Amino acid sequence: MTLTQAEKAAVIAIWAKVATQADAIGAESLERLFCSYPQTKTYFPHFDLSQGSAQLRGHGSKVMNAIGEAVKHIDDIRGALAKLSELHAYILRVDPVNFKLLSHCILCSVAARYPSDFTPEVHAAWDKFLSSVSSVLTEKYR
Amino acid sequence: MVLSGNDKSNVKGVFSKIGGHAEEYGAETLERMFCTYPQTKTYFPHFDLQHGSAQVKAHGKKVAGALIEAANHIDDIAGALSKLSDLHAQKLRVDPVNFKLLGQCFLVVVAIHHPSVLTPEVHASLDKFLCAVGNVLTAKYR
Repeated sequence: MTLTQAEKAAVIAIWAKVATQADAIGAESLERLFCSYPQTKTYFPHFDLSQGSAQLRGHGSKVMNAIGEAVKHIDDIRGALAKLSELHAYILRVDPVNFKLLSHCILCSVAARYPSDFTPEVHAAWDKFLSSVSSVLTEKYR
Repeated sequence: MVLSGNDKSNVKGVFSKIGGHAEEYGAETLERMFCTYPQTKTYFPHFDLQHGSAQVKAHGKKVAGALIEAANHIDDIAGALSKLSDLHAQKLRVDPVNFKLLGQCFLVVVAIHHPSVLTPEVHASLDKFLCAVGNVLTAKYR
């Protein structure tokens, strides 16, 4: 699956807005994830997952930073996230199904904050983009 | 997901062992799929899906043929299946989840007829190959 030029532009445009609240959106996305899909908590036995927890905020930032990197290098997401890809493959081994769940929660958080920007086309572009990111992060699993 | 050199030779090995039975395996794969995952029948309202149906046999032959094409051009599956990819994107629009189901059934059929061929490593390689084929066939959906 490749992103068209229009899709890349849509992703980059929304990111400019999202970046201003990246940390909050990251934490909120994780919160939504753990709330709607409690099984995802299995990967964080060592975290305090209560609302507003510093660890949640810290991890949300990490996730959004990585997404920001992917946006910045949208023509070579694989190159930009190569190290993260290895981390997920050899150490974290998060089941691929969970990337869909997190992507969905990120979409919800972004849509909630930027309702008028989140047109169907932008929605589709972001979904494709997050799918690409997820593919990259799981491609070295085997 | 990238097929390693080992994966490729494992896959070619499987298809050479299957040899002339590929068509009948294709039909059996479909039969198992319709049986185990009845929702897949939704794409074939125009078929007679009973055991031994000529339409299922013919379709199984097509499916097997495509897999053999992919295996013969394993270094460029996207190129080899480009027309099929267009067909699935623009006309057939089979939900991507069903490719996994078909792949599973094919693996089962190979396991039944060639148990000694399907060692864990070969199983993994064949599964990766079938995923790669599924990815190619859904790559142009959006």
